[in-house]
Amino acid sequence: MNDTIAAISTALGVGAISIIRVSGEDSIAIVSKIWKGKDLTKVPSHTIHYGFIYDQEELIDEVLLSIMKAPKTFTKEDIIEINSHGGIATTNRILELLLTNGCRLAEPGEFTKRAFLNGRIDLIEAEGVMDLISSKTDKSRSLALSQMTGEVSNMIHQLRTKIADVISNIEVNIDYPEYEDIEVVTIEQVKENVTYIEKEIQRILARSETGSLIKEGIKTVIVGKPNVGKSSILNRLLEEEKAIVTDIAGTTRDVVEGDIAIDGILLHMIDTAGIRETQDKVESIGVKKSLEWIQKADLVLCVFNNNEILSEEEEELLKQIEKKTSIIIVNKKDLPCQLQLPKTDIPVIRMSALENDGIEELRAEIKKIFHLEQIEQTDYTYLSSARSISLLKQSLQALQAVKEGIAQSLPIDMIEIDLKNAWNLLGEIIGETYTEELLDEMFSRFCLGK
Amino acid sequence: MYEVIVVGGGHAGCEAALATARKGHSTLLVTGNIHNIADMPCNPSIGGSAKGIVVREIDALGGEMGRNADKSLLQMKMLNVAKGPAVQALRAQADKITYPKNMIKTLESTPHLDIKEAMVEDLIVENHIVKGIVLEQGERIESKCVILTTGTYLKADILVGDTRTRQGPHGEKPSNHLSDQLKAYGFDIIRLKTGTPQRIDKNSIDFSKTQEEQGDRVYHTFSFDNEIYYDIDSQVPCHLIYTQPKTHQIIKENLHQSSMYGGLSDIKGVGPRYCPSIEDKIVRFADKERHQLFLEPESLYYDDIYIQGFSTSMPKDIQEQMVHSLPGLEHAKILKYAYAIEYDAIDAKQLKQSLETKVVENLYTAGQINGTSGYEEAACQGLMAGINAALKLEGKDPLILKRNEAYIGVLIDDLVTKGIIDPYRLLTSRAEYRLLLRHDNADLRLRDYGYQVGLVPEEKYQKFLQKKERIKEIENLLKETKITPTDSTQQYLENIPTALLKDGITLYDFLKRPEITFEHIKHFIDLKTTPEIEEQITVAIKYEGYIAKANKEALKMVDLDNKKIPDDINYDAIHNLASEAKQKLKKIQPTSIGQALRISGVNPADISLIMVYLKKEYHHGN
Repeated sequence: MNDTIAAISTALGVGAISIIRVSGEDSIAIVSKIWKGKDLTKVPSHTIHYGFIYDQEELIDEVLLSIMKAPKTFTKEDIIEINSHGGIATTNRILELLLTNGCRLAEPGEFTKRAFLNGRIDLIEAEGVMDLISSKTDKSRSLALSQMTGEVSNMIHQLRTKIADVISNIEVNIDYPEYEDIEVVTIEQVKENVTYIEKEIQRILARSETGSLIKEGIKTVIVGKPNVGKSSILNRLLEEEKAIVTDIAGTTRDVVEGDIAIDGILLHMIDTAGIRETQDKVESIGVKKSLEWIQKADLVLCVFNNNEILSEEEEELLKQIEKKTSIIIVNKKDLPCQLQLPKTDIPVIRMSALENDGIEELRAEIKKIFHLEQIEQTDYTYLSSARSISLLKQSLQALQAVKEGIAQSLPIDMIEIDLKNAWNLLGEIIGETYTEELLDEMFSRFCLGK
Repeated sequence: MYEVIVVGGGHAGCEAALATARKGHSTLLVTGNIHNIADMPCNPSIGGSAKGIVVREIDALGGEMGRNADKSLLQMKMLNVAKGPAVQALRAQADKITYPKNMIKTLESTPHLDIKEAMVEDLIVENHIVKGIVLEQGERIESKCVILTTGTYLKADILVGDTRTRQGPHGEKPSNHLSDQLKAYGFDIIRLKTGTPQRIDKNSIDFSKTQEEQGDRVYHTFSFDNEIYYDIDSQVPCHLIYTQPKTHQIIKENLHQSSMYGGLSDIKGVGPRYCPSIEDKIVRFADKERHQLFLEPESLYYDDIYIQGFSTSMPKDIQEQMVHSLPGLEHAKILKYAYAIEYDAIDAKQLKQSLETKVVENLYTAGQINGTSGYEEAACQGLMAGINAALKLEGKDPLILKRNEAYIGVLIDDLVTKGIIDPYRLLTSRAEYRLLLRHDNADLRLRDYGYQVGLVPEEKYQKFLQKKERIKEIENLLKETKITPTDSTQQYLENIPTALLKDGITLYDFLKRPEITFEHIKHFIDLKTTPEIEEQITVAIKYEGYIAKANKEALKMVDLDNKKIPDDINYDAIHNLASEAKQKLKKIQPTSIGQALRISGVNPADISLIMVYLKKEYHHGN
């Protein structure tokens, strides 16, 4: 356990500053690789330094860095804390840099665990830990479980049952070999089941979007007829002049991109050319692209002009966005209403980009759709979802190993080992088994990086 | 005055008495009937899945069962050959006359061991320490340790249909008071039940309507002594038949007459889930059209045939109908009717890992009294109880086998940590590291322990060390020897067939190919080996990756098992501990964090509280 660990130790999505904490004997060496500023090997312990985080030649962030050398630290190991101002994307980027440079992602509560194991926590603090355990256990567990929707955990439960069926049948074959009339599990049956379960897990992974949305940002596309105010809305959200805004329809020729943060969660915005059948060569490429973007987007903001009646193109557009996560924006509400929208389940926001009226409502709606309130509430949820996703991926690997075992014509006894592994991993997600790593389990009730 | 008294002469009792006597401690074996020593009151077989591996483990530790079975074989088979190396196990049909006879011979020729025929009805207990036994007529025999291996004889009731008779197997006298006395000393008594099928006169069976089941065509032995006592060509076959629709109809129509299904209203015993009676099978698996039954010979010296899979507690007239509905048994003569037996057992959670009871010091229990079923399960506990009683007499630490070291370790840990509800049978699925607990490596796992405790004689131990050395040598040789793509090699590979070589490859890596066996290796290199050594090396190399993974997992467990919980821990002093957990921890008194974690109802949060508490205590101590 002498490896160096790193984790984001502030709640994600909240606050202007995020702290990335690194602990372990290589802390200073690893951080030095991505740090431009004072020589960290020479600075005194318990001091704060101003400098920059670089990925090779690329500047990532301007940061303050606290250095605390062993043994007078929380974990009794060298600790470095990087205070980043760059919001969630930058914070994640710094963490990734640390990981690629030799840190291991801290497991839930691992800093506390090290403090405990290294004898840092004394009598009073031990009492504190105890209180923490007893008060937080149920809450963190229920949060972890609620993260996975009932539906998903049901699905995982069913997959486990399916694996358990296969396993128990193999076990019976092994433990009662003389009974030839018990159905013998064939390799084909195992394969068939594994293939099915793999597909299901991939489906669940695709649906467990929240985790990846936090990490990669929500791909957002703004669509609508030319001159309905898409770029103005984008600019209001971006609060900078990125897209070219004019009164002439079709001014935005290229896809214009920009990132906005809604309470720390990244929206990766793409403004597009207006949707309109056109002869204009330059613009038609833009139109085609915007239709493509609708398919790829996590969120579609579909803008209509309050002052115009619904066109055929727009009716078509409404059909296109029906199956996507989308918001209908009726812009120019300051002008007389001409627009008659058909009945729809898609949320509708009325606003005026020109008068900067309604932007807040739009932000609120986006937050609501992606349950961003929940994410900022506590990082437990982020933690558990990242953990779940990683467990799902591990169980996919285990199933892959089952297939490899079959390909190598290993005996069923060996193949069952990987099957059991997959079963255990899935169980961990929904709390039906516990990991045998007692201490890891013990402190996993705590927030990652605390 | 003896150092050790063993109460009961079954498979547990024999191993226990032999272990203590062989270790030089004066031992008295008390049995209700000398003729029933090492008796096999149920199936005429030794071994089977997981159990066969236990017999190998007993042998590796210096116990007797493997050797004794080798001397008493009617038929021998290796099971699960195609299912993987970890689950292969030997199963023997053993002669019910020869097996006990050989065992009695061994007992009688063992120094420091006396045998006495008597019923034990009480213990001498002073200040929670056992000091000896009290016989039926009131005679007291003193000893330093007592090992109880009473089998099914505690308040045994034989159940057939609507009759309940207070007697043990073969109509033997049961012990009527010992379990009450145990209760008075503080043991929790549970009631269990098991059953056995009919015995049929061999001469009344038409074997032409059955399917013959032969033994293997290669020699096997349970014991690492590798001494062959049987002739491969003279093995006695078993015969396979199936239940008929008529059999099922008879059972369904008469279900209410079965002791277990209403024939008797006062059934308290819980039967084994893993060895159900035929009426259980038909009720629980109603959609199954037929069930397998095996006709197994009991002995060369008498004509009884055992119907494996047909145990029942129906009245005798229904049993007649049931048996006669079976193919080949239309005119069968039933020599003994099937019966169920109810008996008292103690709650194994009141035992330490050493099998010494927590309630009474120097008192050990082993076998069915602890809630297990099966000869092998009993024997291995007897051996461990004997070893640990002797070690205690010698002032040494007990021998506790870990879950990654032996099925014996799995069994005892399960018993004392989880307790039982129904009679416990060992299954491969109970072992989380079964890839490590193989038939082929039982000696590598346990011979050292056997030698250390003094049950494996020097000569055998040297033989084992040589084998170990030879395995290492050959493994190194295989790592050093390369084969290259010469014409003759490629030709040979093509004939196997296996992929041709592009570059040179070591024989070690070559053996990893699924289709390559040790025979192929011997084509390239002249090696002096034995089948045992070849098997060991082949398994170790072919499944290297999986074995390494299992070892890694096991180490995590060992790590937790090494985190000790002191005897005097006060669970009441730990705040916030869930009350269910507290109650169980107090009863089971786990000796390590690992064991505590295996207790059902104790969750990781409780464990963390214990750890923090221990840490705190530690600080106090300093």
